[in-house]
Amino acid sequence: MAYTETVDAHDHHDHPPAGIWRWLSTTNHKDIGTLYLVFSGIMFFVGGAMAMVIRLELFKPGMQFVDPAFFNSMTTVHGLAMIFGAVMPAWVGLANWMIPLQVGAPDMALPRMNNFSFWLLPFAFTLLLIGFFVPGGAPAGGWTLYPPLVLQGGDSFPMAIFAIHLMGASSIMGAINVIVTIMNMRAPGITLLRMPLFVWTWLITAYLLILVMPVLAGSVTMLLTDHFFGTSFFSASGGGDPVMFQHIFWFFGHPEVYILILPAFGIVSEVIPTFSRKPLFGYEAMVYATASIAFLSFIVWAHHMFTVGMPLAGELFFMLSTMLIAIPTGVKVFNWTATMWRGSLSFEPPMLFALAFLFLFTIGGFSGLMLAIAPADFQYQDTYFVVAHFHYVLVPGAIFSIMAGVYYWLPKWTGHLYSMALGKWHFWLSAIFVNVLFFPQHFLGLAGMPRRIPDYATQFADWNMVSSLGGFGFGLSQLLFPILIWKCVRGGEKAPAQVWEGAHGLEWEVPSPAPYHTWQDPPSEAQIAHGAEH
Amino acid sequence: MNAGEELRRANRSLTAKLLLCVAGSALFGFALVPLYRVLCEITGIGDQQTLRSAVQVREVAQQGTDMTRTVTVEFMTSLPTVGNWQFRPAQETMAVHPGKLYEAHFIARNLTGHDTVAQAIPNIAPSQAASWFHKTECFCFSPQSFKKGEERVLPVRFFVDRALPGNLDRLTLSYTFYDLSTHVAAR
Repeated sequence: MAYTETVDAHDHHDHPPAGIWRWLSTTNHKDIGTLYLVFSGIMFFVGGAMAMVIRLELFKPGMQFVDPAFFNSMTTVHGLAMIFGAVMPAWVGLANWMIPLQVGAPDMALPRMNNFSFWLLPFAFTLLLIGFFVPGGAPAGGWTLYPPLVLQGGDSFPMAIFAIHLMGASSIMGAINVIVTIMNMRAPGITLLRMPLFVWTWLITAYLLILVMPVLAGSVTMLLTDHFFGTSFFSASGGGDPVMFQHIFWFFGHPEVYILILPAFGIVSEVIPTFSRKPLFGYEAMVYATASIAFLSFIVWAHHMFTVGMPLAGELFFMLSTMLIAIPTGVKVFNWTATMWRGSLSFEPPMLFALAFLFLFTIGGFSGLMLAIAPADFQYQDTYFVVAHFHYVLVPGAIFSIMAGVYYWLPKWTGHLYSMALGKWHFWLSAIFVNVLFFPQHFLGLAGMPRRIPDYATQFADWNMVSSLGGFGFGLSQLLFPILIWKCVRGGEKAPAQVWEGAHGLEWEVPSPAPYHTWQDPPSEAQIAHGAEH
Repeated sequence: MNAGEELRRANRSLTAKLLLCVAGSALFGFALVPLYRVLCEITGIGDQQTLRSAVQVREVAQQGTDMTRTVTVEFMTSLPTVGNWQFRPAQETMAVHPGKLYEAHFIARNLTGHDTVAQAIPNIAPSQAASWFHKTECFCFSPQSFKKGEERVLPVRFFVDRALPGNLDRLTLSYTFYDLSTHVAAR
């Protein structure tokens, strides 16, 4: 129980330098975690502002506010900013903060690379966003960058490609750091199968990252050489094939969607047991299910492109392998539900977000199964049904679980309890508006409304207006989140080391706020035994 | 101190291994290009080697015409950019008998404002039919020179294989017409 720190031996670096230099030069995992999370929050609102423009234009049929090219830039950069700027850095930030605390390590294994991988991101996104101010405007060919359309972009095209290179380099370095930390820095006594699930899911995510990010880098490099150096990877006139880009892109792209969601599974697997006051049901099954999902993610990519003209055998293979993913995912949903069975539940904000995740992510999973049916997909392809599907898995899926994680660990980071009332307001407004926003998009898609259009036929007007109202409500209610965090940083009731009554894990063995340096001496047997009660 | 040194060495060696993984997957990304070609060749889908190679006329005679069966061939054209070319089929469809030689025409007009060279890229839909659609002569086999403002009729001679699976009764032959001058200039 008792946390002892040998302050005298280390006090020369216990006090970080003051001012901006601390943040530029820091190699401390907690500082870097904070930087990642703040950056992710900023990009969440940048990408969110673009979503507001999209919903504003789609509020009524006809063209009202922006021209079509700008609208296309909005959808494209919204996607890139949210995926690479908001969700992925949030995961790396949470990994930085929590993995060393959870495995009893004093820091990440490669602290200088850690600093470098974070500071690449502001440059990457500056490069992407100044695309709005160069001739031709920001990238507008969709976040999937399909040629030949993307090759017709203006001066922002090479800038976006270099931005993606930087983001890729950053996440590869982040992933290497996570793997080395988990494999080499675990405290004695923390065996692989005693690690918390957030650590497990991140370990698997990190492997996915190092296996697929280089493939993305390769494919966008080919776009670059096709545009500037006369190669014809994707140009039919020179013997290339634009469909090949889709294959290479989705070979990256499908594991990427699990990169966005696997750490969410980890967070939910920690939050639900805590607030059910029961150990997680089927810990090992969870680990194996995560690994199976990661493996399957490599062999299902062409379900994103059923309509390009594949042999029947290909359509069948990708349809069936995609449906197979429902099995390990079903195991997870079952285990989370079973964890709550006869538990002593309480509904603090982290639990509320985790429950909404469980319910709404499952809806997103079901629409994913519908999309996996190859013959039906010919109808759904490129409609708002797809938009509804991936927003259900990414917003109440990935984003809600990031929020659950932040609400779960925020008292540990700041040392203060936050306003439960404000957190619940944030939750209920988000949970209601996210459904008003995205559920009608299922109807629009099934009725045939195509995605990525600034204007639409009048029969789609009603549900678009509902969806836009939901969007404005969702966007506004997110403002409560930074307000709550700011208030919690500034002050509040003092948080104990064990913030939540039912929580287990080594992070609860250190005081709140977590000192600048933790686990300089590895945790004791007793602490590990107390922490690992799954 | 020793333990610290050991950990540092272990971290360095694992990092090196993971960087090798990264290099490996980068290589794999590029290896997908030739791999894709091979797969296209095996399945015959969109394989330009097949689509742009000539079949000898004598094979038609060897096959003999199947007068009992009629297959509809549709003709389609597309242009990658708007405005500098006109390109259209002279006939929309043809009803053909498998094993008989036919000639279809396409009309192209150079509006680029200068002399140039263009290349037509063929495709067949449904894609699995590609192996049963043979061309004996085609304007797509080689680049075509056009004078400024010139309009030409471009012929393709083809026959449908008698072995075409019975469930296929409608094929689409499409061409995309690429102006090569921009491409050549880039090199």
